[in-house]
Amino acid sequence: MSDTVEKKIKNYRTAPFDARFPNTNQTRNCFQNYLDFHRCNKALSAKGQDVAPCDWYHRVYKTMCPMSWVAKWDDQIEAGSFPGKI
Amino acid sequence: MAHPSQLGFQDAASPVMEELLHFHDHALMIVILISTLVLYIIVAMVSTKLTNKYILDSQEIEIVWTVLPAVILILIALPSLRILYLMDEINDPHLTIKAMGHQWYWSYEYTDYENLGFDSYMIPTQDLLPGQFRLLETDHRMVVPVESPIRILVSAEDVLHSWAVPSMGIKMDAVPGRLNQTAFVTSRPGLFYGQCSEICGANHSFMPIVIEAVPLEHFEKWSTVMLQDA
Repeated sequence: MSDTVEKKIKNYRTAPFDARFPNTNQTRNCFQNYLDFHRCNKALSAKGQDVAPCDWYHRVYKTMCPMSWVAKWDDQIEAGSFPGKI
Repeated sequence: MAHPSQLGFQDAASPVMEELLHFHDHALMIVILISTLVLYIIVAMVSTKLTNKYILDSQEIEIVWTVLPAVILILIALPSLRILYLMDEINDPHLTIKAMGHQWYWSYEYTDYENLGFDSYMIPTQDLLPGQFRLLETDHRMVVPVESPIRILVSAEDVLHSWAVPSMGIKMDAVPGRLNQTAFVTSRPGLFYGQCSEICGANHSFMPIVIEAVPLEHFEKWSTVMLQDA
């Protein structure tokens, strides 16, 4: 994993400002990072690479998303009924 | 928090609220001056025995009472826009807290590092200790480090609620399925009270919010204890 990504994760305080989501409604910010984490995991493990860089998305969605939403989506992924494309 | 016979805002607990307070004083002063002037003129016009039937127009006074109001409006608009953009500044939060509205309590989640979550119910009136405030106290307070920028994400698990703390100048609707972001900085340590601000059923008036701003070390100790108790 590159040094900058590792340093960013090590010095993580809270989710930084994301210019893609500058407004009050942060719903998409939470959902996007959740999707990106699972897509990153899927893509890197398919190539046989270390999934450690995906930890950034994990930290951000853990910060942004309510625990009940994450639990529901995790259950849906397990059941195969998750609406997002991973 | 509010006190009996209160007329104005609560004392500001954040820099943004201070600005809003001063702007309100500025705008209200202008309004009072104009209203006093108009009231005086009305009384003077109505109570005079003099009459004048022959003035048809006057260029000078027309110019004055067109330009002067325009200038006054600009004097109100400039600080207003300044505060509007100030409130919209990109801030770099140190901590993110989620406030979830339920019927009829708030739950707070601190998930930057560990999964800390707890419910915050109002203390019933019969269980209050002497000196505590009726309908405002909660069993668990939302503890935050003082003078740190905090991001709050507000949502709801059932119906509409609204998370409001007047002394910080914050109010944000809690909408199910939506995550609304607001931010604040507490200027001083202390307890800051608020109440649910969107009708949400029978106990809408009985789900208050308490923010406890403490130094960082105390916040760290508190979060460690809360995690152990969970």
